Order: sequence, then C-alpha cells, then structure tokens
Amino acid sequence: MSLIGHPIVPGGRFSRKTDMPTPALGLLLVLPALAVILLLFVVPLAASVAGAFEVGGGFGFGNFIKTFELYTSDILFTLMIVSLSTAIIGALAIAIGGYLTLGENPRAVALLRWLYRWPMFVPFIVVGQVLRTFLAKNGLMNNVLIGAGLITPMDATSFLDWRGIVIAFVWKQTPFVALLVAGAMASVDRGTLEAARNLGASRVRILLEILVPQVAGTLMVALVLSFVTMMSVLSVPLMINAQSPTMITADIAFRINAYGDYGVANALGVVSLIASAGVAWLYLRHSVKERA
Amino acid sequence: MMAQIDVTSASQDRPAMGVDLWWIPRGLVLGLLAFVIFGPLANLLLWTVAERWYFPHALPIDYGFSYWGRVFAPRGNATEALANSLTVAGLTVVVSLALAIPAGYALARLRLPFRAVILIAFLIPQAFPNLTVYVNVARLFYQLGLNGTIPGVVLVHVTHGLVYAVWIATAAFSAVDAELEEAARSIGAGALRAFLDVTLPLAAPGLLASAIFVFLESLDEFTGSYFVGAPDVNMLPLLLYTAGAGGNYQVASITALLLLVPSIGFMLVVERFLKSDVLSKVGR
Repeated sequence: MSLIGHPIVPGGRFSRKTDMPTPALGLLLVLPALAVILLLFVVPLAASVAGAFEVGGGFGFGNFIKTFELYTSDILFTLMIVSLSTAIIGALAIAIGGYLTLGENPRAVALLRWLYRWPMFVPFIVVGQVLRTFLAKNGLMNNVLIGAGLITPMDATSFLDWRGIVIAFVWKQTPFVALLVAGAMASVDRGTLEAARNLGASRVRILLEILVPQVAGTLMVALVLSFVTMMSVLSVPLMINAQSPTMITADIAFRINAYGDYGVANALGVVSLIASAGVAWLYLRHSVKERA
Repeated sequence: MMAQIDVTSASQDRPAMGVDLWWIPRGLVLGLLAFVIFGPLANLLLWTVAERWYFPHALPIDYGFSYWGRVFAPRGNATEALANSLTVAGLTVVVSLALAIPAGYALARLRLPFRAVILIAFLIPQAFPNLTVYVNVARLFYQLGLNGTIPGVVLVHVTHGLVYAVWIATAAFSAVDAELEEAARSIGAGALRAFLDVTLPLAAPGLLASAIFVFLESLDEFTGSYFVGAPDVNMLPLLLYTAGAGGNYQVASITALLLLVPSIGFMLVVERFLKSDVLSKVGR
C-alpha cells in the first residue's frame, strides 16, 4: 500500500473544484443516520425536556426548584467527579502515548502497549462489578496492601465512595483516550522529534512542547467523548456508591423507581444536558480557533 | 526497525553499566500498572469460584463450581442472555455501519451546510443521561409493537452507538488522501467505483475500529436494554445487575466473566487492526 507509487494527477486542485458535488448529495447521505437520531433520540429528548417544565398540567419551574433543593450537592458532586476523572484520564493518556512514541527501550514499549489496553474492552457494567469487589474492605487491593505490610487490617477501608467512582472511570476510559492519542502521536513527523532530540531536548520537553500541541485536537475529541460518556453512565454509580452524595444518573433512576417522579427526573436530565453541552461548546470553540 | 532500535539502545546502556539500571523504575511502573489492571480482574476470577468469602478472610474459605451450575441451569437463563446479547450487538454493528459509512464519507469529503452541527447531533445520545429518554422511547415502541423485541433493542443501541460509528468513520475517510480518489476519477472511474475501489479499502482499518466500538457499546449498554428489552429480551448486563443488586457476587461475577469473553476476543482483532495500521505507515 505504497502511497509514493501512486500517480499524482497534475492540477489535482483544479479537478477538485470542477468536481465539487452539490450540498444536496451530502445531505442525502447524512440523512438516514440523522433521521435515526432525530426520531429515536431528539423527539423523546424533547418530550423529556418539556416534561421537566410540566407541573400539574401546566408549565413552570417547580421541578427545578425541587431539584436544586434536593440535589444541589449531588449536581456539584457529579461535576467534580467527572471533571477530576477527565483531568486524570487526559494526563495518563498523554503519559502512555508519550512513552509509546518516545520510549527508547523496545521491550518496555512493547510491554506497555500490550498492557494498557485491557480495560478498554471491559464493559462499564463489568467494571462496576469488578471494582466493587476489588475496592471493598476485604477486596484484593486491601489484602495485598496488608500482605505487603503497608497497612494493618484495622486500617483497611473501603474505597466504595467518590474515590471508587473516579477509579472506575479512569480505569475504563484511559485506554480509549490513550489509544487515540498514541495513534495521533505516531503520525507526527519523526524527523522533527529526532531533530529536537539531537539538539539536546529532553523527552519530557519534546512530549509537552512538540507532541501534545500537535495532537491537541485528537486529545480534545477523546476527552469530550469520555466526559459525556461518564455523565451518562448509570451502572457504575449504582454499583459502587448508591448512597448520598451520589451522581445525577443514580438520582434519576431513584426518582423514577421510588416515586415515579418524572418531573424532577427530567429536570435532573436537563442539568446534565447543560453540563455536557458546555464541554462540547468548549471543544467547538477550540476547533474553530484552530482553523482560523 | 525493532532490531535497529535494540542495537542502539543496547550500545548506549551496556558499556556503561553492564546491567540496564533503568529497568528498576520501568519495572516498578509497569508492575504497578499490571497490578492496577489485572488485580481487579483476578479478584473477579476468585469470586467466580468462591463458595464462601467474607471479611476478614483474605481469600475465599471454600472453592467450588456450584454457582456455575446454578447460572447454566435451565432456570439461570445465562445461555439465552448470552445469545441475545451477541445477536443484538452484531445486528447493531451492521445497521450502524450501513448508516455511518455514507454519513462519514459526506462529512469528511463533501460540501455540507452546518457540518459542525451535524457532527454534534450524533453526540446527543451520549450527552444526555439516557434514562428519561429511554422511558419515552419505551412508550413509543410499545405503541409500535417494538417494545420487548430484539429489533427494538437494536434500534436503541444503534442510536447510542452512532456517535462512535459516524465520528470514527468521518476521521477514517478524512485520513485517506483525497487526491487518490481524484486520480481514480481522472482516469475514468465513476464516483461510486472510485469510492468502492480506492477510498473504502483505505478507510477499512478505521471502519473496523468503529465497528468494534459499536459492538462493545452495545454489549455494555444497560439502561436502554432495561427499559426497552426487559423482561422479554433477557440480556447479560440485566442478569449481572440483578444478581449483584441481590448480593449474589458469585453469579454477578460469572455473568461479568461471560461479558468479558467476547470483549477479549475483540481485543485480538484490534491487535490485528493496529498492526495493519502500523504497516501502512511503513509505506510512506
């Protein structure tokens, strides 16, 4: 699959201009996929947003007042957990991608490449179950720490609170972001990296000043995807930390299961939508700036 | 290429030390990473064969396979749940790619009004907690007779997985040099022929990656299956959740292991996909 061997057409740019398809064709190709999103998500979504403002037959802000009375701490808790997880995931993904690209020992690089990807293929619901047993008071983590003499059995505590949720998110999402970041880093021009290395730049400096800026777009896309995924996960908070304070998704499930209270559940959904839209907007602003 | 690096690193390290002391920090970091990744999985495996295990015992008190018998008993429904989960995930991949390949191509190559808005539109199903939405979907499906059917669950999973399918397909088509297709067009190939013979094969590794993500998303999906599928379409995540919520960690862990098997099978495919990706770079 050699790209060099391909005939390069003289005046390629010109032929692109004359071949420019109409916007209608593009829209036609996108339409079926968009229709699925529209009918199976946007319409029910609109119904649930409308439901957030429905109070006893009329419309009002009653559900939101009740939501902020009951769940302000849970909303802040959710935002902090997801933001912290996103930051840790970003840092770890850069470290992994950086070592895979710049590591000089091929055996260590091969080991890391083999190792880091495992959790990506573990479904969220399995992550919840696996970490619920691992982080518990008599889980393998505490047993190993006790066995190594680092803590006494009396000191063993359960990590099944906000820390457990952050650990679960980081454990599951880091490989996904690292895979995309490492892929982008691999396509950065080796010549630039080797030139910087020959001029005496340290590997950390090459990573932070050459590699990371070049893969910033990919990193942002991966982190935005991770952020919104974490905002929508129900199984992990339910299985690791269902007591208060907990995440918005667990509150929504509780509101519907325990009270059949669709108003407050929908209002919580709107809060979560605003948070995710904010992150997506940050990404859009960044990519518009890049292009300008 | 590997051998070349090996020679240079060996020549740097060996004359100075005899033994590469860098393996101490490397070993520590890689060992810690291995514990963090495989520790939880080892814990899961222990639970699948633990007959009795409670605090403060570091390891299970009795080992045995009695819970495996319970899971695979005709009343356990695990085999049915496994078959349903795999069927739904497979169909979800087929439908998602049929929708995402034309959409991704258009987003990567063609002139589109509101391109950014369209891209963000596919993110919507991931950006909103699905719970309240799926309640409304379930109501709609009930009227259409789709509630509690496999096509109903597939449609929900397609909606959820399209963001991976479309975004990765778009990136895959963007990565293929547009001039190659133009070259094919200029020597007389039609638009469809140029797409099928040139662009699609070159984008195939990326499309395979998107298919894997969609498959795993479907396998992972819990909320939509619960509202649209249960109780008629029993699936593995539902089985796992019910067992875990009931405090039966053995059955939950065995079900979790069943979900892991196809996932790890897919890891081998991804391995192959990445190798071909690396190979394609060698030609440049």
